Order: sequence, then C-alpha cells, then structure tokens
Amino acid sequence: MSEPILEADGITLRFGGVTAIRDVSFHVNEGELFSIIGPNGAGKTSIFNTISQVYRPQEGDIRWKGASIMGHRPDFVAELGIARTFQNIELFPQMTVIENLLLGRHIRMKQNWFQGMLWFGVAKAEEMENRRQVEDIIDFLEIEEWRNHPVALLPYGIQKLVELGRALAMDPELLLLDEPVAGMNLEETEDMARFILDIRRELGISMVMVEHDMGLVMDIADRIMVLDFGEKISEGTPEEVQKDPNVIAAYLGSSDLHVAAE
Amino acid sequence: MAFNRPLLRTSYEQDAAIFPTYTQKGAMVAFGVFLVLMGLGAPYISAIPEFFLGPTWINPITNMLPLAISALGINILVGVTGQVSLGHAFFMGVGAYTAVALGGSGDEWQACVPFHEEIGLLEERGQCGLGLPIWVWLPFSGAVAAAFGIFVSPAAMKVRGLYLAIVTVGLVFIGLHLGRMFPEYAGDFESGRKWPSLDFRLWKEETPLIEFSEDGKWFGLIHLSEEQKQYFLLMALLGGFIILAKNLVRSRTGRALQAIRDRDIAAEVMGVPEFEYKRLGFAISSFYAGIGGALWGSYLGRRSPVDWSLFLSVDFIAILLIGGAGTIAGTMLGAVFVELTPEIVKHRTDWLAEQIDASNIFTPVANFLLTTGESGDFGPINIGTVAPGWTMSVFQWNFVIYGVLIVIFLIFEPLGLFGIWIKIRNYWKRWPFSY
Ligand SMILES: Nc1ncnc2c1ncn2[C@@H]1O[C@H](COP(=O)(O)OP(=O)(O)O)[C@@H](O)[C@H]1O
Ligand SMILES: [Mg+2]
Repeated sequence: MSEPILEADGITLRFGGVTAIRDVSFHVNEGELFSIIGPNGAGKTSIFNTISQVYRPQEGDIRWKGASIMGHRPDFVAELGIARTFQNIELFPQMTVIENLLLGRHIRMKQNWFQGMLWFGVAKAEEMENRRQVEDIIDFLEIEEWRNHPVALLPYGIQKLVELGRALAMDPELLLLDEPVAGMNLEETEDMARFILDIRRELGISMVMVEHDMGLVMDIADRIMVLDFGEKISEGTPEEVQKDPNVIAAYLGSSDLHVAAE
Repeated sequence: MAFNRPLLRTSYEQDAAIFPTYTQKGAMVAFGVFLVLMGLGAPYISAIPEFFLGPTWINPITNMLPLAISALGINILVGVTGQVSLGHAFFMGVGAYTAVALGGSGDEWQACVPFHEEIGLLEERGQCGLGLPIWVWLPFSGAVAAAFGIFVSPAAMKVRGLYLAIVTVGLVFIGLHLGRMFPEYAGDFESGRKWPSLDFRLWKEETPLIEFSEDGKWFGLIHLSEEQKQYFLLMALLGGFIILAKNLVRSRTGRALQAIRDRDIAAEVMGVPEFEYKRLGFAISSFYAGIGGALWGSYLGRRSPVDWSLFLSVDFIAILLIGGAGTIAGTMLGAVFVELTPEIVKHRTDWLAEQIDASNIFTPVANFLLTTGESGDFGPINIGTVAPGWTMSVFQWNFVIYGVLIVIFLIFEPLGLFGIWIKIRNYWKRWPFSY
C-alpha cells in the first residue's frame, strides 16, 4: 500500500436530466483491493465506464499515475494497463475461448496486418509466444476443457471466468471487476474469490471490485467506498464502513449488510 | 479431456495451422491436383465440369475466379468486420479502371474514345493507357481501390448496419454517374472499352515473358489454349489470395476485426481502436475488390460502366448469405454456387431442348418443362423468342432461383452452405451414433 495509482477527483456524470455520479472522489493504491458497493442504480458501473472513458464525465478529473486520462479513448486507457470485466458479460460470442484470450493480448502484440497476412516470420513467432501465455491463463483458471469452444455456447459461470481471463491476458496493472460473482452459486463464488485472491497475491495486480455479495466484499476488500444515488456516502476499511451510520441508514431494510455483519 | 479433444494436437503451431490434420492437408492437396488435371483437360476428370457446363466449361469457371477474389474481400468487410457494404462493385470498378489506365497499350494519358463537338464520340482508339506491365497495374489497382475504401470508411463510424448498407449503395450510383460523364475514359455506356490482356511483361517489351492471350506452347513445355492459361493464372492468384485472407483471419489483426464485429465497445475497452480497424477492414476489402475487378476486366477484355452496378454488389451479398458469412470456405462455396448455378441451369436447359426431338426417356420431361411459345405448347420455361403469357426464360428463372435460395438460406440455414457442410461432416464423424 503505497502510492495511489488511480485517482478520481470530483467526477460528475449526467445523462440528460439524470445525474448518475455526483462529485465523487476516490483513489486506489498500488497493490490494493478497493471495493465499490451500493444499491442498484447507485452509479457503480458508471464509475467504471468513466475510468475506461466509455463515458465522459462532465466534471472532475481522473488520473493514472499522476497523468490525466480525460478525453482519451478507451483503447488508450487499455494500453496504460487498466483492464476490466463487465457486469453483463461482454465476451466476443462468435470467437472461441482461446481467441477471446488472444484478443486480450492484442495490446501486448506488435505485428501489423501485413505481417499477419504473410504469417511466416514475425506473426507466427508472436502468435505462438502469446498462445503460450494464454495457455498459462487457461491453466490458472482451470478452463482447459473449454478452450476451443465458441464462448456463446459456454455456461454462464465459465463465461465469467473467460472474461476474467481475457482481462488478465492484457497484463494489467489495475483490474476493474464489475460484479464478478453476480448470478453465481456458492461453489462458483468461492472459486472466483480464490482466483481474485490468487491474482492479487501471485501477480500483485491492484483491483477495484464492484460487488453485491457483501460477504465477499467484507472478506477480501482492503478498503470500501459506498455509493448511494450517485453520491459517495462512506469510505474506509470494512469494519469502519459497517459501523458508519450513513451506510446503515442507506441499507436499512436491506438484509445484505446484516448478513455481512454476522 | 480426451473426450473433448479427439484430435491430438501436439503443438500450438499445429493448432493454428490452416489445415490442422493430415487428413485435411491430404484432402486439400488432392483437390489442388484435381483442379490442375481438370484445367489440363484430363479425361474423366474434365468430364465432371463438362457434364454441368458443357464443352466450354472452362469459360464460366475462369470467369468466376476474379469474382471469387473480390468475394474474399467482401467477406473480410461484412463477414469478419461486420460492416455491411453494398459498394463492393464500385471498388471493383475503381480497380478495373486503374488497371486499364496503367496497363492499356500506349505511352501517355489520353482519352480512349475521343470526342467531337458535332458528331459525339469518335472511333475507339483501342486500349489506351500507360502500357505498364501486370506486376505494376495489378497491385496498383488494389491499392487505388483500397485508398477509396479508406476515404469512405469514416461513414462506418457514423452509421451502422442497414444504414451503412444504404450509404454505400450511393457509391455504386456515383460510379455509374462518373461513367456516364466521362465516356472518353469509361468507354461507351453500352459497349464499354477494351482492357489490356493478362500477359506478363518485365517492362514494355514487345513479346511478353509469359503470355496468357494466345494458344501455344508454354515455356516450351506444354501446349495450352488461351483459356487454359488464363484458368491457371487466375486459379493460382485466387489460391494465393485465399492464403493471405486465411492468415489475416488467424492472426492479431483478424481477431481485432472480429472483435469489432461482435462487440465494438468491448473491443475498444480491450485496446482495439474501433476506427482504425473499421478503416483497415474497408481498405483490405477494397483491395481485394480492386484486384478482382482488374482481373475480371482483363479476362473478359471488355467492360462498360454498367457492369459495376448494384446487381454486382448484390451478387456478393448473395455469395455471403448462401455460402456462409465469416468463413473463407463458405465464401468460396458461395462464389461457386452463385456464379455457376445460372450457367448450369442454362446448359442443362439447352440440353433438354435437344431432347424434344430426340424422342428418348427425357422427351416427356422436356415437353413438360419447356415451351417454344407456340400456342398449345405449355411449360414453365420458355425457350422461344416470344414470351407467351406467364412462362419465363431461363434468364428470368435464374433470378427466381436466386431470390428463393436467399430467402431459404436466411430462414433455414443462416450459416449457409458452409453450415450444411459442417452438419454433414459432424454427422459422418459420429456415425453410426446419432448423438
Ligand atoms: N447510458 C446511459 N444512459 C442513461 N442513463 C444511464 C446510462 N448508464 C447508466 N445510466 C443511469 O445511471 C444510473 C447509474 O447506473 P449504473 O452505473 O449502471 O448503476 P449500478 O452499476 O450502481 O447499478 C442509473 O440511474 C442509470 O439509469
Ligand atoms: Mg452496475
């Protein structure tokens, strides 16, 4: 936990009359697992979309290692080393698992279209080298048996893993995970939690995780930010956040937090 | 594990190969040998195309080859990159006119059909152009078409899907209009202008190094007709362009194009710049179109501006729909099917017409299907010169077949002929088990 690598300063994002995010600031330290929680529609996914510059916030600034990324395109942000998964899986459905992961390697590969068309030489060597790295990720996520299947045909839980794999293939420094265990059963959730902890421990990748599963968040997050109606209502360690009266008020009537507190 | 991977592959290299198994490699070599023997007119083998297309079978097949090269291009744009375009005929035309301008005989830029104030268009001067050899004009016709593709590509950032298709239709009409405005260069609207022959010269020397436009001994080795030489040349070029397209699809660039097709925003977030790759899709696709157009013009020897019309563009969409968009094998199946079916129907109808007088077992069939247009003679296919009532000529029937096939494929087999082939293959792989 040292320098902040990602800093967001007073971001405000409006869609017409709707204010999805209102003056939210936060930072993510190197090596940290930072979590964003909040009810549906609180603006969590929108925050990810502003970081990857899919949405352009009207106000505020987002800095990566001190330099602003505002006004750049999503592919520029990707090349900086910020990878993400999506709440509603956004894999390339007609491509196989291997092709999806190799697409994740896109920014780390150098060949151009002409070398690709000739194949022999640069392209072939690079394809083989990257294929090897992708196979390591496949082994790590234990999805060997699916590797040649088009992803559209895979079970939901496997698709979630493939999406995580695709983000890992980008060799990111920061990983944004949008509800990684949503819709998963207990066993799948435990597997995913194990993978997230392994990624952190073995690869030292910093992470921001949006999640509804309070148990998971309280267990593995270093710090938590709580959003409600687009505003930040609390931030701190899991213990601090659980005791925060603002948070308790916002979650009143919702069983999530009680379950987590037990 | 073993159940999921019945084909044991020992290296990534093998896994990424165009034809991963020895069976597939063997089948492709056999098919290549078959095509060569067919071109040489080997007995039995050349009887196959002759059955379908008649003794002049080599002409429709050779005519299809440049169109198949262009079809590879439309597959890269529509099938791989997911940008629907009806402008393919325009890019083919750009390539073709580049070829005639650079490769036509002569030494200077000049109008091919001079214009006289009072009389209008004058006598055609022949092939007018800079007289450059094929190794100059062929790549250039691809490159100039690609440049036009790049110029048009920003449209793909503004509009998508059907709207893009409609915008690109505009190109075809701009092309037709330009053709009408500059008949001195485009040739007469009806008869067109002459294209240079396919001969290979080092530079502008009199006798070509390799000639493709005369019957005779080739390399002092083997006697071939003009048609055979062109068949081999175009077949070899098509083979080369298939390999290039296949390599593109299996490497980094091809994956990026497919990612744009499947989910453009996710692709951007993964680091694939959307516009750069849409532009590249247009450029490569138009390159193939230009090459195909140049070769088609040169093979046929004479083309007019109307030949690069919307009908030609629609042909390519039909090739993708019938063959199966996104795969190269499907595109080739589609090209063969769309371009040869009308010829087959025509040949077999002519054959049937001969059976009317032959009085054999086919005569009743012929009498039933054909009509000469005389009163009292009914039949759906009209082979006479006047059209009595509802019967249609072979030419018109071809349009019906074409339309019906597209509808059938769209509804029942979206993966096209390629999808049917995969089903058959999987069936036989599992045989005798039904699941
Ligand atoms: N593209 C969009 N257009 C209009 N409104 C949007 C868009 N994306 C998000 N919103 C709105 O922004 C708010 C926050 O949404 P979101 O970030 O998806 O919430 P969360 O991920 O916390 O559930 C919601 O009110 C949602 O309707
Ligand atoms: Mg969300």
